[in-house]
Amino acid sequence: MNVTKFEVRRGAYYDSVVLMQLQRGLIGLPGVLDAGVVMATPANRDLLAANNLLPDSITASPDDLLIVVKAQSDSSASDAINQVESLLAKKRSSISQDFHPRSLSGAAKQLPESSWVLISVPGRYAAGVAREALDLNKHVFLYSDNVSLEDEIALKITAREKGLLVMGPDCGTAIINGIGLGFANRVRRGSIGVVGASGTGLQAVTTHIHNLGKGISHAIGTGGRDLKSEVGAITAHQALDLLARDPETKAIMLISKPPSPDVATDLISAAQVTGKPVIVYFIGYPPPARKIGNLQFAISLSEAAEFAVKAGDQTLRIETIEKSPISSLYVRGLFSGGTLAYETLLGLQASLSPIYSNVPITDSQLLKDPFHSECHTIIDLGDEFFMVGRLHPMLDNDLRIRRLKQEAADPEVGLILFDVVLGEGSHPDPASELVPVVQEVHEQRNEIEFVAIVIGTDEDPQNTQLQIDQLKENGVIVFRTASEAVEYISLRFGAGSKNEFTLINLEQLKQPLAAINVGLESFYESLTLQGAQAVHVDWRPPAGGNEKLASLLARMKK
Amino acid sequence: MDIDNANQTAANRLMEARPILKSVATARDVIPGMEDNLFLHAGPPIEWARMSGPLRGAIIGAMLFEGIAKSDAEATSMVERGEVEFDSCHHHGAVGPMAGVISASMKVYMVENVEHGNKSFSNLNEGYGKVLRYGAYSDDVLKKLRWMNDVLGTALADALAQSNGIDLRALIAEALHMGDEGHNRNKAGSLIYLKLISPLIAKVVKNDAVESEVLQFIGDNALSVLNPVMAACKAMTDAAHGVDGSTLVTTMARNGTDFGIRVSGLGEKQWFTAPAEIPVGLFFSGFSQDDANPDIGDSSITETAGIGAFAMATAPAIVTFVGGTPKDAMNATLEMYEITFAESKFFTMPSLDFRGTPTGIDLRKVVELGITPRINTGIAHKNAGVGQVGAGLVRPPLKIFEDALVAFAEKYNL
Repeated sequence: MNVTKFEVRRGAYYDSVVLMQLQRGLIGLPGVLDAGVVMATPANRDLLAANNLLPDSITASPDDLLIVVKAQSDSSASDAINQVESLLAKKRSSISQDFHPRSLSGAAKQLPESSWVLISVPGRYAAGVAREALDLNKHVFLYSDNVSLEDEIALKITAREKGLLVMGPDCGTAIINGIGLGFANRVRRGSIGVVGASGTGLQAVTTHIHNLGKGISHAIGTGGRDLKSEVGAITAHQALDLLARDPETKAIMLISKPPSPDVATDLISAAQVTGKPVIVYFIGYPPPARKIGNLQFAISLSEAAEFAVKAGDQTLRIETIEKSPISSLYVRGLFSGGTLAYETLLGLQASLSPIYSNVPITDSQLLKDPFHSECHTIIDLGDEFFMVGRLHPMLDNDLRIRRLKQEAADPEVGLILFDVVLGEGSHPDPASELVPVVQEVHEQRNEIEFVAIVIGTDEDPQNTQLQIDQLKENGVIVFRTASEAVEYISLRFGAGSKNEFTLINLEQLKQPLAAINVGLESFYESLTLQGAQAVHVDWRPPAGGNEKLASLLARMKK
Repeated sequence: MDIDNANQTAANRLMEARPILKSVATARDVIPGMEDNLFLHAGPPIEWARMSGPLRGAIIGAMLFEGIAKSDAEATSMVERGEVEFDSCHHHGAVGPMAGVISASMKVYMVENVEHGNKSFSNLNEGYGKVLRYGAYSDDVLKKLRWMNDVLGTALADALAQSNGIDLRALIAEALHMGDEGHNRNKAGSLIYLKLISPLIAKVVKNDAVESEVLQFIGDNALSVLNPVMAACKAMTDAAHGVDGSTLVTTMARNGTDFGIRVSGLGEKQWFTAPAEIPVGLFFSGFSQDDANPDIGDSSITETAGIGAFAMATAPAIVTFVGGTPKDAMNATLEMYEITFAESKFFTMPSLDFRGTPTGIDLRKVVELGITPRINTGIAHKNAGVGQVGAGLVRPPLKIFEDALVAFAEKYNL
């Protein structure tokens, strides 16, 4: 007659490996026919029931340990139950922990192939740990917040010199080589690279890309302050360069909360020379155009993802210009139409800096003296300032012609942009007055480029096509919209960004990710679950938090 | 100042030291500063009033052995009248296990570091049971000591005189590949020692019965080589001492009351001490934690030199001391890498892909990480003369490392 006995241990949690071993130990005891040792979750209880091991009269919650023994006799069953404790003790001691070093250098020795350090220790210690990681020539994923701006800048400058990345501080998300760091979704690998100054932004676009059927090569977080002027987007520039050089990456996304305008300009210039489609979404930053050469500007995270998926799919036609860039010179735009001037300024400010205007978008763009251009300048000659005692420049070209000559005489000027607005009420033949000036300038300085935006229809009284032809015949490059002109000029001027930093080793990045985790143990667990090699540092504040000793130690570092 | 450079120098000196067991001689003839009324003991200096039971017992036993007292009562009153003096073995280039008492007439091993020229000394190992080093001083203990001095000591002295000495660095390296860690387990090292010394003893001991007795004694005692090994470690760590600006720990020693350390870049007699802790471990049947004396002995010189508990990964046979599994042993060694400056060039561990043992405890790392050195140790009964009651693990108090760090910073104006 078989006897089933059971024991419930309230709130006793054991790892399933321990329980399986205990179960095996019990089955090996004399007279025992079968045994089940489980945490009493509904699923486990079902499992026991399926094996006829679930006693009827049992009350147990998922937190309880349930031990059931089926034996040939009452005494065998009791004996087996009585041996649980000694079996558990035996099993417990045979399960040894992996060694968790307490120092970063110890971890680095344990996993020499590690090239990343994830840091999530309290902020006041984080910079110190990050510095140590850089000293060990490891990239840093800095999840910790409350790191001072000075520390961030210093860390990033060091990293840039060494060809290392500091993602963060306050960087929540990254995906390197298919492995998520910090908070990251499981997205397939693919050809879209992401640079993001926003953790949830990164999560949003990477998941959207995945859901659209495409994947991620690398998603590099920068931390929220990277695109502030003080930091100057050091990490974003490095990441952009890295993705530009990475052959797996076919399209790049650039995502940020509102960046500083000067930083945005530099970054956009850098994006223009990647030779790959770059989708830019700067939240709250006016897109200069929908498309400038290889750049596409999105107006939402989801649209950015959609653009990237398309860009990765097809070989995007990228405008290239044969002529050598004129990035050391300036553009001067002389407009009769205020809105055209404004739209052009809006477009060019993304890639040209500094840029000034008498109709500025931001206060810092205000041109001090409307009669004298500085650096890149966009002038609205129809502004009422110029209108005192004069006809509007759409009617009277006199002011514009004088200004054209004035700009052409400036040796720093490389390109002069103007609009030609046709139609009822406008000058009957503007080309007839503008072309001679172009000819005159070219006699002096043949290299100056003239670009015209011609607004008009084939039914306009001036004969639009004839106007265009006259301009073109005299070497003027003609566009029919401001955005086309913006794209052309951006490409002519924007291609000057050069790498002023040590390149990050791309080959190393392609190796299977191996990382050291300092701080939140869950980050370590998630790394190992994803199949990455990882070592967790059992980190404690230096000298047990004793500040006097810690400061002595800091002075005794070398 | 460049602490790392200084530590590199000290670590190199420690590793490159080449301790050779040269001779066995009488302490008063070879140990510097040895006097007839001077009794050396393990650990940092300590006065009689604060000595623990085992140390007092060993000193009484040594006085009886020397014949300067006829009874324990007489010995005690002589001590109280100040007629004898005490000093730390370490101030004389010496080390001794447990009580570590060395008196003028005792035969001692003399080890010479042929690389740097310094010499070190240790007494002869008495084996198990009732022994002086655990504070026992009964007649049979003294009888054995006399036999060791007269017969064993003479045989060893004559035997070693026949050779160029025994290369202890090579012996330790080989023993580490045979399951010893060089502190709690010296089975393999003792057999190697027996192998090396046997032909020499056969040459010099003319009486077969004596030869047999001597060889039996050495072979039966799995700790025979412990004392020469300790002297070797002492020669190595002394070579690393006195390097200006070095934060490496050059001595860890216990006298049964205090745990003391010395640091390379600090003074010759500058000890940092705190009350010794009671080791945690496994006890022989009939004994328990309550019987244990606070940590005692100079044998922690092995860990200071990078073996013992630091080489636990290579001694799977004694893993029960550290938790029970080979992995625990591995982890023990991995932990010690965290606080050491170098990895031994000569002592390697097969289980860690022949990685060198963690060598040169860096004061800075101990304080920064809060990891104190591990020490494998025998456990003495707190009452004199009972003997060893178990073996286990102990760590020095963190405070002495912190104190040393502060003193270091003061000395070097940091």
